[in-house]
Amino acid sequence: MSEFVQIDGLKRYFDVSAPWLVRQIEKRPRQIVQAVDGIDITIAKGETFSLVGESGCGKSTVARLVVGLYPPTAGKIEFDGHDMSQRRSGSETSTLRRRLQMIFQDPYASLNPRWRVFDIIAEPIRAFGLAKDKADLRQQVEDLLRQVRLTPADGAKFPHEFSGGQRQRISIARALASRPEFLVCDEPTSALDVSVQAQILNLMMDLQKRLQLTYLFISHNLAVVYHISTRVGVMYLGRLVEVAPTETLFQRPKHPYTRMLLDTIPDLEMTGRQRAPVGGEVPSPINPPTGCTFHPRCPFADERCKVERPKSLPIEGGEVACHGIEEGRIPIDERSYTKAS
Amino acid sequence: MMATNAPPLLEVKNLRVEFPTRRGTLVAVDDVSFEIAPGEVLGVVGESGAGKSLTGNSIIGLLEPPGRIAGGEVRLEGRRIDNLPYEEMRKVRGARIGAIFQDPLTSLNPLYSVGRQLIETIQTHKQVSAAQAQARALALLKEVGIPGAEHRIDHYPHQFSGGMRQRVVIALALCADPRLIVADEPTTALDVSIQAQIIALLKRLCREHRTAVMLVTHDMGVIAETADRVAVMYAGRIAEIGPVRDVIKHAQHPYTKGLMGSIPHLGERGGRLTQIDGAMPRLTEIPRGCAFNPRCEFRGARCLVERPELMAAGASRAACWLHDAKGVGAPLSKDGAKELANV
Repeated sequence: MSEFVQIDGLKRYFDVSAPWLVRQIEKRPRQIVQAVDGIDITIAKGETFSLVGESGCGKSTVARLVVGLYPPTAGKIEFDGHDMSQRRSGSETSTLRRRLQMIFQDPYASLNPRWRVFDIIAEPIRAFGLAKDKADLRQQVEDLLRQVRLTPADGAKFPHEFSGGQRQRISIARALASRPEFLVCDEPTSALDVSVQAQILNLMMDLQKRLQLTYLFISHNLAVVYHISTRVGVMYLGRLVEVAPTETLFQRPKHPYTRMLLDTIPDLEMTGRQRAPVGGEVPSPINPPTGCTFHPRCPFADERCKVERPKSLPIEGGEVACHGIEEGRIPIDERSYTKAS
Repeated sequence: MMATNAPPLLEVKNLRVEFPTRRGTLVAVDDVSFEIAPGEVLGVVGESGAGKSLTGNSIIGLLEPPGRIAGGEVRLEGRRIDNLPYEEMRKVRGARIGAIFQDPLTSLNPLYSVGRQLIETIQTHKQVSAAQAQARALALLKEVGIPGAEHRIDHYPHQFSGGMRQRVVIALALCADPRLIVADEPTTALDVSIQAQIIALLKRLCREHRTAVMLVTHDMGVIAETADRVAVMYAGRIAEIGPVRDVIKHAQHPYTKGLMGSIPHLGERGGRLTQIDGAMPRLTEIPRGCAFNPRCEFRGARCLVERPELMAAGASRAACWLHDAKGVGAPLSKDGAKELANV
């Protein structure tokens, strides 16, 4: 399996300090948010890799780093063998950029309200010079609209004439316009109602099959992630705590944080399983806890967890960053969060 | 569950909410009736625009103009409250009905410490001294699980995290020992791990205080864990209402079935989700007959012209002609002849 996207030691820090003068007068130190603090991901061609985590864990920052909306503080992103951070000529950059696109969370904010849908979708085609002439452009836009189950007549309308789900279809059509191979989807269904969410998820799976797309899927909804992903990475405070194939992650979760997240999935089967509410909240990423950042909330934490940052170690086809798992202190039991098991 | 023959705490009868607009009157809530027994948790679920929040707001008398209650009545403990003058309603709200809203930051005053807000609310509704109010405020903060309550009582809302703020809002709603709490999407703005904490808290408090709850949410998972009964709303009307187990496991209305199928489950992976094609109609173009008919695979000729009222269907009640003796009428397509699997 060739690695299509490879992310090595990716870091992104944000400086959120007060202005210099205020810092001098009030003797305050600089404040740095470690939004993404060294993560490694490899994504194979044609797979759906999902990142899950609570708000503030840095998953959206990863998405933005991957498409180049933020430059990384450190680390490397390789896309199909090309190092994305390297300086290169404009034409090379645009060839690379064409091949990866992004779908945003809020379909109300990500479409220009003053543009007609036709122009919104035609923009990437024009920008990358993918159409031979006007007729070809029109043909391409109409095909794209049909592909996302809208009609060519919808091209003449403005975004406000559409519902949330239809707008997300327009965003998908725009993302597909440059014929990308890799789509970064940042919570594409979080703003939608469940029945519309189902429509969009089905559409995304159909398109993936038809166009051999690779997805990096960002979500906080574990049930959605379970449904759509090949492999899943769980993030906590800017670090990956566990990466595993989907079935393994949901049947034999290892990291205590993963187990906690799985415990919080509402029980729709009404099996009477009690959600075990875990105490505590995500600490501030400005001063993250030392050692393993999860230790203040972890029932298995010991002295080592408080001082030493755990390394990701391979286990059962995945990777886990946890001292307890490494030492065998934490038993790995079948948790059967899935009906199948 | 509650005693079955207790008189209802809240009775909503034929409630109708209208919005006058330049292009005519929009009916946002249409002929909605339900009851809540003392100590019962009624979940109200639906997609955006189904009218669930408007129903909740009508009950607490906080319908935003130009919206207005155009028909029907709301009774709390037998007393009609939908036509009370503003000052009278203020006394009911807070004292008899508490409210919890989605965004805890906007329901707290940023300029006052949480302690002051709690004390003010307690003194508004109860005849107590300042010292007693202070003690009660502290006790409430402890009860909703705020660590270091003695110290946190003087803090301002911005010093609390989202989950902690929602706990403060719950404490505020409980100040005057209301009989009913209307909770509008109380966990939507929170992370999943915090969501579980808040739901557990709400459940425990309502059991201990015997407070009834009307829980408005779009999240079936929250309903499944919390509610005794659930009402499913669609385009301003109740499509199905019944005990939560029956509605979730044996949905009777095609809309509820579709809704349940479209929620991704753990266990069936990779396959397509059941999808209900189309979207909920806009208020300006609600179809004749059953509002769900353009999206319904079981529709018949009768569904296009005649509007179904709630009728007995299994253990619940559903507004669907499939459960009527005369059925849906002549089939419209080859799908129309299909029957619901468990009817």
